[in-house]
Amino acid sequence: MEVVQSQRKSSSNNVIVSILPLYRSAPPLEVRLEDFEFFAIDRLRVLKGLSDGLCRGKKPEEMEKLVLDLWKANMRHPQAVEEVNKDIISHFVLRLVYCRTEELRKWFLSMETTLFRHRFRWGSSEAQRALMSEFKLPYKAVSNAEFESLKDKLGQVARSMGQTLAAADAIFYKVPFEEVPDLVAGRRVFIHKGHAYVAINQVVSLVVTQFRSYLSKALILTNRKWTSTIREQEKDRLTPIVEALCTSYLGPDYSQQQEFGEISIKDIDQVAKTSFPLCMRHLFEKVKEDHHLKHGGRMQLGLFLKGVGLKLDDALAFWKAEFAPKVSAERFDKEYAYNIRHNYGREGKRTDYTPYSCQKIISVTPGIGDHHGCPYRHFSEENLRAALVRMGVSSRAVEDVMDKVHNRHYQLACTLTFEAVHGSSCDAGINHPNQYFIDSQRVLQSKNGSVA
Amino acid sequence: MTKEEADNGRDDMVIDVPGQANAVPDGFNANYLRIYYGKLFPHADMFKWMSYGNDGKHPGCDKSYFGRREFSFTLENDIYIRFQSFNSVTELENSIKEKCPFKIDIGPVYSVDPAKRHAYAQSGNNVFTPVERELVFDIDISDYDDVRYCCTGADVCLECWPLMTIAIKVIDTSLRDDFGFNHILWVYSGRRGVHCWVCDGKARRLTNEQRAAIADYFHVYKGNENSQKKISLPGLVLHPFLARSYTEVLKGFFEAKLLPNQNLLASEERYEKILEMIPDASVASELRRRWQENKRASMSKDDINIVRWEQLKSILQSGKQKMQGLRRCVEEIVFSYTYPRLDMEVSRHMNHLLKAPFCVHPKTGRVCVPIDPNNCDEFDPTTVPTLSQLLEELNRGGLRQDAENEWDRTSLGESVAFFRTSFLQPLLKSCKEEIENSYNAKLQQSKNDLSWSHVSLKVLLKRTKPTFPSLQLIHQIPSMKWF
Repeated sequence: MEVVQSQRKSSSNNVIVSILPLYRSAPPLEVRLEDFEFFAIDRLRVLKGLSDGLCRGKKPEEMEKLVLDLWKANMRHPQAVEEVNKDIISHFVLRLVYCRTEELRKWFLSMETTLFRHRFRWGSSEAQRALMSEFKLPYKAVSNAEFESLKDKLGQVARSMGQTLAAADAIFYKVPFEEVPDLVAGRRVFIHKGHAYVAINQVVSLVVTQFRSYLSKALILTNRKWTSTIREQEKDRLTPIVEALCTSYLGPDYSQQQEFGEISIKDIDQVAKTSFPLCMRHLFEKVKEDHHLKHGGRMQLGLFLKGVGLKLDDALAFWKAEFAPKVSAERFDKEYAYNIRHNYGREGKRTDYTPYSCQKIISVTPGIGDHHGCPYRHFSEENLRAALVRMGVSSRAVEDVMDKVHNRHYQLACTLTFEAVHGSSCDAGINHPNQYFIDSQRVLQSKNGSVA
Repeated sequence: MTKEEADNGRDDMVIDVPGQANAVPDGFNANYLRIYYGKLFPHADMFKWMSYGNDGKHPGCDKSYFGRREFSFTLENDIYIRFQSFNSVTELENSIKEKCPFKIDIGPVYSVDPAKRHAYAQSGNNVFTPVERELVFDIDISDYDDVRYCCTGADVCLECWPLMTIAIKVIDTSLRDDFGFNHILWVYSGRRGVHCWVCDGKARRLTNEQRAAIADYFHVYKGNENSQKKISLPGLVLHPFLARSYTEVLKGFFEAKLLPNQNLLASEERYEKILEMIPDASVASELRRRWQENKRASMSKDDINIVRWEQLKSILQSGKQKMQGLRRCVEEIVFSYTYPRLDMEVSRHMNHLLKAPFCVHPKTGRVCVPIDPNNCDEFDPTTVPTLSQLLEELNRGGLRQDAENEWDRTSLGESVAFFRTSFLQPLLKSCKEEIENSYNAKLQQSKNDLSWSHVSLKVLLKRTKPTFPSLQLIHQIPSMKWF
């Protein structure tokens, strides 16, 4: 197993040891089945967080911090050996998950390459050089004589990028220009007679290209093996885990109310106006308007309200009251009450159902007469604009939101709505309606000193 | 016979063919083309070029190579046929003579004969895919319409053609000095631009990503009618490539030629365009004020453009200017007027088709002749031979029995000779070396792979492709001559 030790001094002057594996071969380790799944989920949190950051156009410095934070939060382990094992195992499990279609492979390749690029940069220059030799890159270190003759030009290139040719950068590598297309494209290297002169700090580009190319080929091979043997062999053990992993929602499940304790019936109207995301606002308005909701809507809104803190008795009272003009009390008890109690885990197999995440809500397609699903996905442009304006989103922000919608980034659209309505940023992005609610309440509380 | 007509018969060989019969009216049509393809178009040279040495006898030659190259023909009435391929020079020549295409495009070399592409499309493993293609560039003078006032659109004259000349100088120098390419062919596109074909083996084997990287390396001019600032040169100094282009080519050309010839600072409308590029409004106003006051350069006999340019430079380059954006402003102005404006899309993809040299341009009748980059100052697009002119020259030569080298009797001869000596011969020599070296390397490799002392018969049988029954193989002692 090729692994390179590198050390990094954190801002508090403690040495952080991070080891960067190359994932060339699957390790001959024994893995517990739970670890198989949990390690993969933790790594997936890192990759999805990365993906989110890139989607939101974070600047390079912000991305660097994001990667570090994500890695520390999900993949760190006090024992270095354990950390390396988790790193390697999780990578290989996710290869199984993400090898299966072109789109999945593209996403995984992109995220793993980005992750690798950042982790490579954290390493010391010795560690970096060791990794480069692992990749057998066709580079040659530039001799002192050649360096002297080219010093002026190399200095010019550095200064054209706003840098200086420090003594440390006196180490240059000579590679065929074809090996570093992105450096050539950006005119960030001096080229002469087909050779590019790459500074040590640009070497990242070389290495990352190699990493990417290797992983790309490996994914195709993995897919073949998966389709031909693994999937069938493991159909009772690993296959269900693998197939579930790429669609899994990874955040908190909001089934237990958290900070804000209970919400009672009389509070609902108020919080609906201030803190409900658009999907729930819409359902709420429709219930008030039509005095009815079909099953999909009842589930989506009902579970959401449970997550918000509505207790069972209040929930029963709420629905009963709203349906009253169309459904008599007896009929309500007969036809609807059971399901509500079921949602709260008081009936049947007593599963305490969890409120739906954005991923789940976006994936459903509402039919005629339905009002659930994600409005950013399903509303017509006209209706969506009107709804956003009613929520108090400024016309400038509406355009930004619509832009995200056109590019099918529905959760980002919801995040921008949140930011526009509350006047504060939501860095983590919206992944769950109940998260929207909690964040909203937090913002309002800090503004007013009380829960709105 | 009039005096004029008598004077037309300059050639001593012409005895009694009257001048009038030689005259060929200007034009472009199938009949002219038929004669052109019959007698003048250099089929054999094109074949040799496109074969890259694989038409030789050396065992390392790939016989399938030429047959895997795509050509496309545009016929009369705009009928367009793609994926034409040929297995020999005869097939190529006959097809061209028979179909008489108004335009011939050259595409990439594919993994299999394009004619058989449908058979391979099913497998889904991308078996039909480009594997080699020259690195190409296309520069069109109509992309410079915002900086030339003498012509617009498809027109070209000797005042604005130099923009193409300096584009050739900048790109050619960089391709050779920076990228190390040697076999570069520049071709007049027949009307308003130039094409560049980089034919080194390394260039032909570049991936799309690498081509895009080279195109981006050359990409400095980024704009269209709507963007204000099309050249942005941040940084304390210029990258060596840009610096060299500026000092060796662009600065001199701008100050000595373009500025005065196009009167870039002589009138308000024109100098406003330059003032717009200065990010510091106070500097721009200062210059504007000066130039509005002095409508005529009364103090000197020098060209008003040059005088004003010196004033502009001295303000912008004086030590007093601290503002960041002003540091490179003078260079930015020069670059935006003169730096090559490439068509990025042409260079990025292996499957982009490009017009073949020695075609005739339908709208001008001019032949797409090669341009010598070392003498590109001398190239004059207005004197490039036209189809009708060449036919006239053929006529004047009288009837000849041998069909060899008819172009020598015409103005095309010079171009074909240049193509052969400066481009084709050095290229083929290099290709031959490449094929030999590659073949020898493979030989060495297979020698290293086999160790005779312990080889089993089974291994022998697998490694060789017997054309005779295996029984015989067992009794034969393998010898080096098999290789």
